[in-house]
Amino acid sequence: MTISTGPLSGSRPRVGLFVTCLVDLIRPSVGFAAVKLLQDAGCTVEVPLQTCCGQPAYNSGDRATAQALARKIIGTFEVFDYVVAPSGSCAGMMAKHFPELFKDDPDYAAKADRFAAKTYELISFLTDVLAVTSVDTSFLRKVTYHDSCSGLRELGIEAQPRQLLKSVRGLDLVEMEEATVCCGFGGTFAVKYEEISSVIADKKAMNIEASGAPVLLAGDLGCLMNMAGKLARRGSRVEVRHIAEVLADITDTPPIGRGQKP
Amino acid sequence: MSITPTSAQFKTNAHHALGDADLQSALAHVPTGFVANRASAIANLPEFDALRDSARDIKNHTLAHLDLYLEAYEEKVKAAGGHVHFARTSDEANAIVLEICKAHDAHIVTKGKSMISEEMGLNDVLAAHAITPVETDLGEYIIQLRHETPSHIIAPAAHLTKAQVEGDFRRAHVDLDRARNLEEPETLLAEARTILRQNFLKADVGITGANFLIAETGTSIIVTNEGNGDLTQTLPKVHIVLASIEKLVPTLEDAAQILRVLARSATGQDMSVYTTLSTGPRRADDPDGPEHYHVIILDNGRSSMLAGPFKDMLRCIRCGACMNHCPVYQAVGGHAYGWVYPGPMGAVLTPALIGLDQSADLPNASSFCGKCEEVCPVRIPLPKLMRLWRDRAFERHLMPWTQRAALGFWAFFARHPRLYRGATSMAIGMLGLFGRGKDNLNALPFLKAWTKSRDFPVPQGGTFQAQWAKRNAGPQIKAPKS
Ligand code: SF4
Repeated sequence: MTISTGPLSGSRPRVGLFVTCLVDLIRPSVGFAAVKLLQDAGCTVEVPLQTCCGQPAYNSGDRATAQALARKIIGTFEVFDYVVAPSGSCAGMMAKHFPELFKDDPDYAAKADRFAAKTYELISFLTDVLAVTSVDTSFLRKVTYHDSCSGLRELGIEAQPRQLLKSVRGLDLVEMEEATVCCGFGGTFAVKYEEISSVIADKKAMNIEASGAPVLLAGDLGCLMNMAGKLARRGSRVEVRHIAEVLADITDTPPIGRGQKP
Repeated sequence: MSITPTSAQFKTNAHHALGDADLQSALAHVPTGFVANRASAIANLPEFDALRDSARDIKNHTLAHLDLYLEAYEEKVKAAGGHVHFARTSDEANAIVLEICKAHDAHIVTKGKSMISEEMGLNDVLAAHAITPVETDLGEYIIQLRHETPSHIIAPAAHLTKAQVEGDFRRAHVDLDRARNLEEPETLLAEARTILRQNFLKADVGITGANFLIAETGTSIIVTNEGNGDLTQTLPKVHIVLASIEKLVPTLEDAAQILRVLARSATGQDMSVYTTLSTGPRRADDPDGPEHYHVIILDNGRSSMLAGPFKDMLRCIRCGACMNHCPVYQAVGGHAYGWVYPGPMGAVLTPALIGLDQSADLPNASSFCGKCEEVCPVRIPLPKLMRLWRDRAFERHLMPWTQRAALGFWAFFARHPRLYRGATSMAIGMLGLFGRGKDNLNALPFLKAWTKSRDFPVPQGGTFQAQWAKRNAGPQIKAPKS
C-alpha cells in the first residue's frame, strides 16, 4: 500500500505512538494498523512503555492520579516530534485536558502545553499534519461511520475520516441517521450507569442497522466495543472495525467480537 | 420549604423511567420536535454563533458587576412605583409572597410559568395558607391537575402523552360535554383557556417568573407562547415577579440580543409568540395593569457561586437546549433528576443549590458526549462543570467505596508501567481462557455491568506492547546459537 501525501518538509517525523489501553489489551491489530499508516506516510514510529492516559481517574474526580499519569506520559513522550493515538478520546485527553490539569502549576503548565500542541488523533494527524489526502487500498463493502464524541467535539474530527474513506476503492460510505449522537459508551459511564448506557446504545444500534451498511467503522475502540457488544446482543450481523484497520488494509483479522474461534 | 429532592435516588428513578411506556413514548418526541426545530432555525441564521458569543459576553459582563446592576435595577423599580424584595432563601421568598397575599386578602392567585416558584415550592405553601394557586400555562396547568412537578424547564408536561392529558381533562372537567372531541392539541388548549378565564377574573394576585430584569429601566420581561402571562400580570390588582439574581441584564438592547438566541435554542422559533414587558404598577393613564407591583429576587445559594468556578452556570438563560439534546435526558426524562432542574444544566446547578451530598449522581450520570456544551446559547462549559463536581465528590468520598476501590486498584497499575505490562498480559491471557472458542463473552463475573446488556469481545490475544516488543527484539532473541 502507498499513501499519497503532500510535500513533507525535512526528514522523517519521529512519532511516539500512544496505543491506548483498550487497543493494547483487546485489539492489538488497531495498533499495527496505526503503525502501518504512519510509516507509509513517512514517519518513524516508536512505542515506548506506557499505560493509560488517565481518563478514568480524571472523569471520576481523581485529579491527583490523573496528574500523576499525565506527568508520566509527558515525560515519556516529550522526546518525540509528535504523539499520535488511534483514539479521539485519548488524544482529546492529552491534547485538551492535560493543559487543563496543570494550568495552575507554573512549573509544569508550559511543558503540558508544548506536549499538547504536538499530540494528535491518528486520522486527523494523517490528513491535517501529514497532508495525506487518500490511501491506496480497496475495501469492497458498504460501510457506515460513527462519529465518536470526543474526537468530534473536542478535536473537530468529522470530515477527515470521511475524506480518507472515500479514497478507498470499492468502499461505499452511507451515512446513518444521527451519526454524531453519542453511542452511550462514555468510559466508566457504561458500567456505572449500565441501564441508561444500554438504552442509548440500543438507539445507536437501530440507526446502524437502519443504514443498511453491513460494516460499521469508528475511530475509538471503546465506542466500537460498546456498539459491537450491543449489536451482537441484538443478534445483528453488522461487522464492526476500527477505521484504521480498513485504511491500512489490515482486515484479515476478524471484526470485533467475531470469529475468535480457534 | 421547597420540594423534597429525590436526586440521591437518581439510579432508581432512572430505572423506573426506563420502564415507563407512557414516558418513553412522550420522550420520543424530543429529537423530532425540539432538536429538529432548533437545527432548522439555526441553519437559517448564519450569524448564530456570533450571537452566542455576544449573549455570553453580555451575561459575563453583568455577572462581573452584578451588585451595581442589582442596585440600579432596584432604583428604577422604586422610581416606577414598585417594590423589590431580596430573599436569601426559598423560605424567605415564600414568606414575602405570603405577606403580600395577606396584605391584599388574596384567596386566588394566578400564576404564569416560573421555575423559581418551583424551586420555592410555592404552590404547597400557598395551599397550606388557604390560598388557591392556579397555574395558567397549559403545561403547568396539566401537571397541577396531576399533582406533579415539571419535568422540563420550558415544557413542564414534556413527560406526558397527549392521551394522558386528554384523560386528565376528562377527569377534571366533569361539567363539560362528555362526547366532546379532544383529539387535537389545540382543543386541549382551548378547553384549558375556557376554564382558566374564570380564574383570571377572580384572582387577587398574579405571579409570573422573569426571563430578564433590565437594570436600565427596572423592567421585567417574560416570553411565552400562550399569552397567559399577560393576563396573569395585568388583570389582578397585585403583580408579583419571581426572579433569581442571574436574570439581570444591563439594557433593553442586551435583552433583545439574547432574545435572538433564546427562542431559537429553545423551540426553534425565531421569537416566542409573546414578549411581555412590565415596569412598575399601572400609571394614571394606563388602560390596565396591576395597582401594586412587587419583584422578589431569590438568591438561594447563587451569590456564593459568583466567586467560584461555577460562576459560568449563572449565564444560563433557561432555554432547555442542553436537556433536549442530552442522550441521558432523552432516555430517562426530567423527573429522574429528582429536583427542579433536569438535564445537564440541572446536573451542574442542582448540587450548588441543594448540596452535592443530595445530588452527587447528577454530575456523574453523563457520558461527557459534549452535545450540551455544543448547543448552549451562552456557551456554558457544562461537561467541565460536571467534572468539577466529580472532583469534589471524590474529595469528599461521596463515591461508592466499591468504585473508589476499583479506581485505586487500576490507578496503582497504571502508575507502574512494568507491573502494568505484566498484569495486563496475565489478565488478557485469562480473558482468553474464559472466552476460548467464543466470539464474545456474554457473562463475566467482574464485568457484569457491561455484559448484562451487551457482549464483551474476546481479546485478540497478547497485548500490543508485548507483541511490539517481541517483534522489535525478534532477531536478537531468536539467534542465541552461533
Ligand atoms: S445551560 Fe445553556 S443550554 Fe442549558 S438551559 Fe441553560 S442556557 Fe440553555
